Amino acid sequence: MQYHSPTSFEDAAALAAEATGVTRFLAGGTDVLVQLRADITTPDTLIDIKKIPNVQAISRSDDGGWTIGVAVSGAEMREHKELGQDWPGLVEAMDLIGSTQVQGRATLVGNLCNGSPAADSVPAMVAAGASVSVTGPQGTRQVPVADIPVSPGRTSLVQGEVISAVHIPARGSNAGDAYLRFIPRTEMDIAVVGCAINVELDSNGIITQARVSLGAVAPTVLLVPEAADAIIGSALDDGALDKLAKAASAACNPISDKRGTVEFRTHVAGVLAKRAAKIAYARAQGENT
Amino acid sequence: MALDDRKTTDFKFVGTRPDRPDGLDKVTGRALFGADAYAPGMLHGAIVRSPHAHARIVRIDTSKAEALDGVKAVVTRADFAKGLSGEFSFVLENVMAGEKALYDGHAVAAIAASSALIARDAVKLVEVEYEILPHVTDVDAAMAQDAPVLNASYADASVPAGHHPNVVRYHDSGHGDVEAGFAEADLVIEDSFKTEATHQGYIEPHACLATLGADGKGELWCSTQGHWIAQKTCAALVGIETSQLRVTASEIGGGFGGKTTVFVEPVALALSRKANRPVKVVMNRSEVFRATGPTSSTSMDIRIGMKKDGTITAAEGIYRLQGGAFPGAPMEFSAMCGFAPYALENVRQVGYDVISNRPKQAAYRAPGAPMASFAVESVIDELCNKLGLDPIDTRLKNASREGTKASYGPRFARIGLVETLEAAKAHPHYSAPLEPGQGRGVSCGFWFNHGGETSVSMSLSEDGTCQLAVGTPDIGGSRASMALMAAEVLGIPYENIRVTIADTATLGYNDVSHGSRVTYASGLATIKAAQDAVAKLSKRAAAKWGIPEDAVYWEDGCAKPSGANAGNFDPLPLADITQNMGATGGPISGHFEATPEGAGVSFGTHIVDAEVDPETGKTAVVRYTVIQDAGKAIHPTYVEGQFQGGAAQGIGWALNEEYVYGEDGRLQNSIFLDYRVPVASDLPMIDTVIVEVPNPGHPYGVRGVGETGIVPPLAAIANAVSAAAGVRLRHLPMSPPRILAALKAKAHEG
Repeated sequence: MQYHSPTSFEDAAALAAEATGVTRFLAGGTDVLVQLRADITTPDTLIDIKKIPNVQAISRSDDGGWTIGVAVSGAEMREHKELGQDWPGLVEAMDLIGSTQVQGRATLVGNLCNGSPAADSVPAMVAAGASVSVTGPQGTRQVPVADIPVSPGRTSLVQGEVISAVHIPARGSNAGDAYLRFIPRTEMDIAVVGCAINVELDSNGIITQARVSLGAVAPTVLLVPEAADAIIGSALDDGALDKLAKAASAACNPISDKRGTVEFRTHVAGVLAKRAAKIAYARAQGENT
Repeated sequence: MALDDRKTTDFKFVGTRPDRPDGLDKVTGRALFGADAYAPGMLHGAIVRSPHAHARIVRIDTSKAEALDGVKAVVTRADFAKGLSGEFSFVLENVMAGEKALYDGHAVAAIAASSALIARDAVKLVEVEYEILPHVTDVDAAMAQDAPVLNASYADASVPAGHHPNVVRYHDSGHGDVEAGFAEADLVIEDSFKTEATHQGYIEPHACLATLGADGKGELWCSTQGHWIAQKTCAALVGIETSQLRVTASEIGGGFGGKTTVFVEPVALALSRKANRPVKVVMNRSEVFRATGPTSSTSMDIRIGMKKDGTITAAEGIYRLQGGAFPGAPMEFSAMCGFAPYALENVRQVGYDVISNRPKQAAYRAPGAPMASFAVESVIDELCNKLGLDPIDTRLKNASREGTKASYGPRFARIGLVETLEAAKAHPHYSAPLEPGQGRGVSCGFWFNHGGETSVSMSLSEDGTCQLAVGTPDIGGSRASMALMAAEVLGIPYENIRVTIADTATLGYNDVSHGSRVTYASGLATIKAAQDAVAKLSKRAAAKWGIPEDAVYWEDGCAKPSGANAGNFDPLPLADITQNMGATGGPISGHFEATPEGAGVSFGTHIVDAEVDPETGKTAVVRYTVIQDAGKAIHPTYVEGQFQGGAAQGIGWALNEEYVYGEDGRLQNSIFLDYRVPVASDLPMIDTVIVEVPNPGHPYGVRGVGETGIVPPLAAIANAVSAAAGVRLRHLPMSPPRILAALKAKAHEG
């Protein structure tokens, strides 16, 4: 196994482009190292991206959007007060992953690139409309988070490409997000169903924009425009909530496995959509939930 | 008076709560567990395991593995003893497959190499050619006429004609006439239940360090609940004399019954003999799940008849237990324990031990009893609901008492079931109001408890302190309990007694730390050994004073003349006697060995409040109270810990823990992420009530407490969840998908 610790994303991308066999980028390592030790994936090339400048920074741009470095841990996000005020659902989604110890290492980008449809932070990023910078041989481009996963364990990145930053849009006013997941326990578990909802309201409390994203109910995290349409134009009355639940359940294409059945996941996706929508809506109205 | 044998009140040390002697080592990391041993020149072992549930082993080619730099030995079945019979043959077949791999994870070869990584790489170089055979993992499917046959020779003579060869043992017991009893009932309920296999979930994986020379002399360090059974079994499996293998038990990070047998230990010994170097083997978690001993999965039919006043007129139970690929599923314990809390005129119970393509089951806390109790106590709950009866009053009405002929045969001596039920009824939990969406469940539970071979020695030091050597690994704070009992007899401070778990060369055979026997049996032997030492101390005092031995008695750590006639001497403290013991007759020790048979049975009653989310089927246990008869609590904190631990493991078993096998016969969830033991935030504070109805078979009245606490939880939680959900749950675990499916089925029925 070759280990590299480049000091720029351009170097990291070049190393990856030249590598043969299995390549993994190492940030927090909470998936890569576990899979290595469990004999699931033994990389031939391991490229540590933590030595690159600014990868541990959370910064706000002039337009109010956020850039989160690829090595920023969940614990750092949780302790960032302004980020949490803007995007509480996203921060909570990240915070649900693993233990306190894992939170000290785990990153958004790692969660995304691991490619699991059950990744907690990914529906939250998709609902937020987040994008990532992808650095490759041809330079750097921005890609919506929703376009990164392609199937369980696989991403749309090609050899020689590396994610170099996460971009979260400006929050705007009268807006809020929320993420809920279903697990059989109270913590330290993996989502059987995940649902993130992000809404913007007008001054009368009518939803003008919404994004609904589901996790663990299909081969990839889903963005469900039909579910968003069910609540856009409403003040989240019971009728809109029921339509939301139906649309969320209808979008599901899950499998039955050790964590849950098709029927269970499909039903609970609707339940979580309603519950998450209520929280996001309350947040958009300025309530502290 | 010097050897007063019986004391159940006025204790000075017993019943206090000092810190455990091993506590500091454990919180500072100084304690040495199974994987903490190292030896010069040590190699690391790794095991090649079958990926198939059932396959004939056509060929094993180890040449590529042996050619890898750093590999020092490879063993297969050919490197173990031949011609074993009975349990030893099953254990050998389990730790190293012969002609067939019988489950996913079954060991087929093993490597010793100069590093753990090399050993792991070498495992991948072992080429095994398998002929894949049809498999079966479900108990009912394994009994069906078309089920694949695992081994046609395993069934014993107890099995009636006409059963599939996978039914390997049969049990049938009871008394009275059940059909006549059912005819007298106002209501008869018959239901079927299933429980999935669970693992003990001890945090410490199996680990050992083994040395075995060509001269047939060996040393073994391992994490075990019983190093004498490990000694006897390992010696047989590698073909050496028992006494030539010295086994030392490490500190143990949990066992719960799962470390009462061996898995990697004989393999490490065989590797060591072949490599002529010490070999360490440490399982990873996946190996623990796939290839150690979970409990049985079950399929059960229960039929109980009750009169309108709550009197049970008849009870019948059929218990089918799948115990993995070898005989031994504890179906007779299911059969014997299920109805034990109740005085029944007419009772019958039948058990089936069924083999399937899963790992060989091992003991798990009151083996077989929790599942039976789940089924029986669910039906009693249903009867109480239908007849409008209070669940505790109904259980009191039918409760076993002193003199009751037990469902499994003998008459009970003094027992404490009624006292636990009365304490439950009086507990504020039982009368506390429930919130909407919550339900309350109650269950009783029974376990036999056990005595077993026991040998204890103590020696006194010149400074008046004591070294106590016991042979039962400390899995629940027993060193503290032993020191308290020794302090009580000797009359010296608890802190002045150092308790060691002696190795196999130091004491006679000690049975395993199982059957809730340690505080009872090693405790009894400790008391007797201390009394033996006190007799010798008193003799030295008598000699010093020039008075007869029987004119001396022992009190508060001193020899005293028994009265004015004996002479007027100042009390002689223990340390004053030991200070000169070399010149007054030599070292002073105490010893006791026996197979005590007075282990008192133990009953418990649990009360549980649960809450169910009707939209997701998710359950929360919101309040839990354990009431159990301890006979006499030597160290009440550790008794409470046993009660709470039983409830916590029961909550996991009832709600989320299960072995999930795929269509391919492979275990789907061999890591803690998907084998869901409760985490701390899943549990409520578990309240405890210690009932003390002394056991006549122990000098201080002790009853074992380790196992009974896991018997009532499954039913108590199922009764609470069923009440909260408004639908009866008959399949454990009551995972959210199962509860939601039951709710939907009920809504569909209207």
